[in-house]
Amino acid sequence: MTEVPAKAAPAVHRQDGEWKRRWARLRRNKAALFGGSMILLYTLIALLAPLISPADPSAPNLIAALEGPSADRPLGTDELGRSILARIIHGSRISLLIAVGVIAVGLFLGVPAGLISGYYGGRVDFVIQRLTDMMLAFPGFLLALALVSVLGVGLKNTVISIGISMIPLYIRLVRAQSLAVREQVYVEAAKAVGTRDGKILLRHVLPNVMVPIIVQTSLGMGMAILFAAGLGFLGVGVQPPQPEWGAMLGSGRSYIFHAPHVATFPGLAIFFAVLGFNLLGDGLRDALDPRMKA
Amino acid sequence: MLQYVIKRLLYTVPVLIGISILLFIMLRALPGDPAQVLAGELASQEDIQNVRVQLGLDKPIYVQYGRFLFRLSHLDLGRSARTQNPVIEEIWARLPNTFLLAVVATVLACLVGIPAGIISAIRPYSWLDNLVTSAALFGISMPVFWLGLMLVVVFSVVLHWLPAGGTGGVQHVILPSVTLAAFVVAFIARMTRSSMLEVLNQDYITTARSKGLKEKVVIIRHALHNALIPIITVIGLQFGMLLGGAVLTETVFAWPGLGRLIVDSILARDYPMIQGVILIFGLLYVLVNLVVDLLYALVDPRIRYD
Repeated sequence: MTEVPAKAAPAVHRQDGEWKRRWARLRRNKAALFGGSMILLYTLIALLAPLISPADPSAPNLIAALEGPSADRPLGTDELGRSILARIIHGSRISLLIAVGVIAVGLFLGVPAGLISGYYGGRVDFVIQRLTDMMLAFPGFLLALALVSVLGVGLKNTVISIGISMIPLYIRLVRAQSLAVREQVYVEAAKAVGTRDGKILLRHVLPNVMVPIIVQTSLGMGMAILFAAGLGFLGVGVQPPQPEWGAMLGSGRSYIFHAPHVATFPGLAIFFAVLGFNLLGDGLRDALDPRMKA
Repeated sequence: MLQYVIKRLLYTVPVLIGISILLFIMLRALPGDPAQVLAGELASQEDIQNVRVQLGLDKPIYVQYGRFLFRLSHLDLGRSARTQNPVIEEIWARLPNTFLLAVVATVLACLVGIPAGIISAIRPYSWLDNLVTSAALFGISMPVFWLGLMLVVVFSVVLHWLPAGGTGGVQHVILPSVTLAAFVVAFIARMTRSSMLEVLNQDYITTARSKGLKEKVVIIRHALHNALIPIITVIGLQFGMLLGGAVLTETVFAWPGLGRLIVDSILARDYPMIQGVILIFGLLYVLVNLVVDLLYALVDPRIRYD
């Protein structure tokens, strides 16, 4: 028994080495670095929004309504004469907040459910898997839309709805991995020395499912922004006058014939944010686990 | 084979019933009184009560669900709270429109996505491959509704070539289906590429080449045929995304399909209609994936379902 800590030490070192190699691979991946820098830029914009915004995002100025881009107002104004640039800058706070919130909901509910489902198997697994089947009968956006139709509109419900729609993805991912880990000798050994299940799950199973979770989190954040913008566009997500990108696009739609810039720029903001997360996610997958495929 | 189809169809019943129960409970457990919404802002307490009785909302929830399930077995999904028309009739009227969009978009996406993926896989890491993979990544990252609006700006507002929305002739179908296809084409191209890359490394491809077969024959007959299974799977799975995309695309182009119907119903809190459309979406998705399973057997004779 006294030998156990001595044996565990080199294992930790090997883990460190593995992560060092993964980090080196990630740094060589130009697409991932580019995606990561884009996300960093968006994060900075969101954090510094009140300092760098050229105008008040919600101050109407009807005399200057629907003006095209100019030196004075770089991206033009919307139907109420508000600066579109200011609204996009402030909107980055909403979109990133939604992305983080959605992933939090998905992780906190999906990962434990997946761990339990895969590790214990049996009846618990059966129930969790049938619930997952039901949720997956409505892929992604439709599930979020169905949930929002029940919960009602607004920022909080947008996060909850999209977050719940992410849960089955995490459950499937984590369950598959923990099924494989359950059969490993070191888990058997841990059980044999009387380690509690909770500790085994945290110490042995969870670290082994970290890589797919990290990849899914980056791709999932892009998806969350896309879904939230879709709900906002339909008028069932974050409500105006909040400067949510999708909602901005939705109201810009009415002026598409005379002032197409109102719908164009928020769309570009969504596109580059999602592209950033997707580039980073693809790069992470290549760097962290070369065996995984698209 | 027939036995398998029946088994699969029966398997969808519990899933659909489960969905309907969850939906039913959630729709009623949450804030917002549909009777109040229907009766209007100025309705008296008595008016609201009348509406409630009329819709059966005064009964206990299990009685309501029992009634719902009984009617469902007679293909009766209730009446729309908004228009008073039978839900099934409104769905029936819109279904062909959404179906048309989905089918045209899927065909377009296959026609573009599969060849693009093959070209990519034949010359991996060439400039052509880089072009296809970047385009696919852009397609996945782009909001469909934004792409739709930009197509309207170019082809309707600037060039005046195509109508900006509505229904009518073939010209009305082009922009919405291209918008919807752009979204799916990216996934199909990606899957075709990775699936082909894997197959092209197999020994039998080398054998086929060394036999002196033309490259075209090797690619199409030997490689693509074997790479098809994952591609078909992705097309089936994308159908769900396609339905989600249809909700957005139909809104952009004022296309009278199921997607538009569910959005209007959500905004009006028309519960029977929301319930009906969601059930139909679930059923469609399950059916399409059944068809996909059966296609496997057609593509790969090793797969049998007896």
